[in-house]
Amino acid sequence: MKFKTLSVIAAVALAIPTLGAADADDDKLVINGEIEVTTKVEPAAHLDGALSEVMSGWHFRNDDTQAMEMDDFDNPGMLGAEAGMEIWNTAAGTEGKSCADCHGDPAESMKGVKASYPKYDEKAGTLMTVQMKMNECRTERMGAEAWKYDAGSAINVEAMIASQSRGMPVNVAIDGPAAPFWEKGKEIYYTRYGQLELSCASCHELNYGNMIRADHLSQGQINGFPTYRLKNAKLNGVHSRFKGCIRDTRAHTFSPGSDEFIALELYVMSRGMGLGIEGPSVRN
Amino acid sequence: MAEGVKPRVKAPKSAEAGEVVTIKTLISHKMESGLRKDKDGNLIPRSIINRFTCDFNGKNVIDVTMQPSISTNPYFEFEATIPEAGDLKFTWYDDDGSVYEDTKSVKVG
Amino acid sequence: MEFSRRDTLALGAGAVALTALPLRLSAAAADDLIAEFTGGAAVADGGVNLDAPEIAENGNTVPVSVSAEGASAILLIAAGNPNPNVATFNFGELAGSSSASTRIRLAGTQDVMAVAKMADGSFAKASKNVKVTIGGCGG
Repeated sequence: MKFKTLSVIAAVALAIPTLGAADADDDKLVINGEIEVTTKVEPAAHLDGALSEVMSGWHFRNDDTQAMEMDDFDNPGMLGAEAGMEIWNTAAGTEGKSCADCHGDPAESMKGVKASYPKYDEKAGTLMTVQMKMNECRTERMGAEAWKYDAGSAINVEAMIASQSRGMPVNVAIDGPAAPFWEKGKEIYYTRYGQLELSCASCHELNYGNMIRADHLSQGQINGFPTYRLKNAKLNGVHSRFKGCIRDTRAHTFSPGSDEFIALELYVMSRGMGLGIEGPSVRN
Repeated sequence: MAEGVKPRVKAPKSAEAGEVVTIKTLISHKMESGLRKDKDGNLIPRSIINRFTCDFNGKNVIDVTMQPSISTNPYFEFEATIPEAGDLKFTWYDDDGSVYEDTKSVKVG
Repeated sequence: MEFSRRDTLALGAGAVALTALPLRLSAAAADDLIAEFTGGAAVADGGVNLDAPEIAENGNTVPVSVSAEGASAILLIAAGNPNPNVATFNFGELAGSSSASTRIRLAGTQDVMAVAKMADGSFAKASKNVKVTIGGCGG
């Protein structure tokens, strides 16, 4: 742990602070000067000692990238959330209804939603992600077509919904009917994939804080999704990120929206239990 | 007109006469550089915002000419002197001839 | 605009992928650009502030600030980009200061330069080397 902390400090020390954001990694994440976000917590019991401290990916980014998330105006991910709000208020489908017609102001109705998903849905009899719930509304109640998983409209609305929970602690149910999904997700997390034979744990549990070539490995927490990445300058969904990771092991990957990624999302979310929701966050 | 282009401006609603205020602007735009190729190997034509201006009551604050090295979703932060009450006018010029505008009123006193 | 090795590899995978930008150190092109801006006048060092990270996390979005007291215009140059011209900031009569911040693309580790046209018509410049880290996984 000491080594990891040192390398975090070393990475920050190398970055010359600009635009007045001289803050090092031990700093607190406060968005818009008012939303306090918990970025370091004690690991949940179900992690069984796998991590000594749970840390948001925000801590692994440099000062400039961190600063972009601390003000909604500076955060380009909020452009997506704003677009999501427009979609929320616009009628779609054969029923001529908008999200707002049933759910009203998302600041009220969607508060806390992102922190508790994926969630087992009694009626559907399965584990559902936020995007699956959105598509359930569209196909069953709005008479509209389902959105493609992690694509434009879906990710924008998910970002808007996530933004209503910013600062609220991740709190997903992993017992009861969710347990088998969580177990499946855990199995995927520790399975070595691809020609490189890497599991999620190989990088994000055993080597976070270290460099992978020129990049700084995080714990792979997903409390910040959807995330605006500097790399592709757009909002990225968590399933698409999983896909990128598995592809990088030189494996055939699962698809966004697949049963495997839904289960993995629950498991990875549960590893960040207690971290504040950040979506839409800003990452490399 | 490029798709989904939307300007955002952050400026104070009021100021003292003669005060220098900080303004931030962001416009959603791909800023296609003209250097990238699509999956078939064809060059994707350049499509960027090539100029941004801010005026206050018809007098210029800043006039920026932009090249493709400006990042996606162009962002600017700069300062303006507010001599009297009036309107800040922001204008973005797109390669395709589109012009996007936004106005923010500033009260004095 | 992306230019990572991964994106280049992705071309083969048939994804909507991007070509790697040729990393030329087009110092000559930058010099031409400065000459065009100054009309060939001498350029002094100092009097211009250029704030950019020593190491940029991602070359796609690099925060840069320029300022020069009393300057009427500042030319921002990325000497190693395919087109080194980045932007020209012209400050009007109601500019609160001759300063501006923006986010720019850097095709690789290179010198970023700011050339200012000062109030007295003279020119001054500042230069800073910015290392662009590429690679890692980055999914």
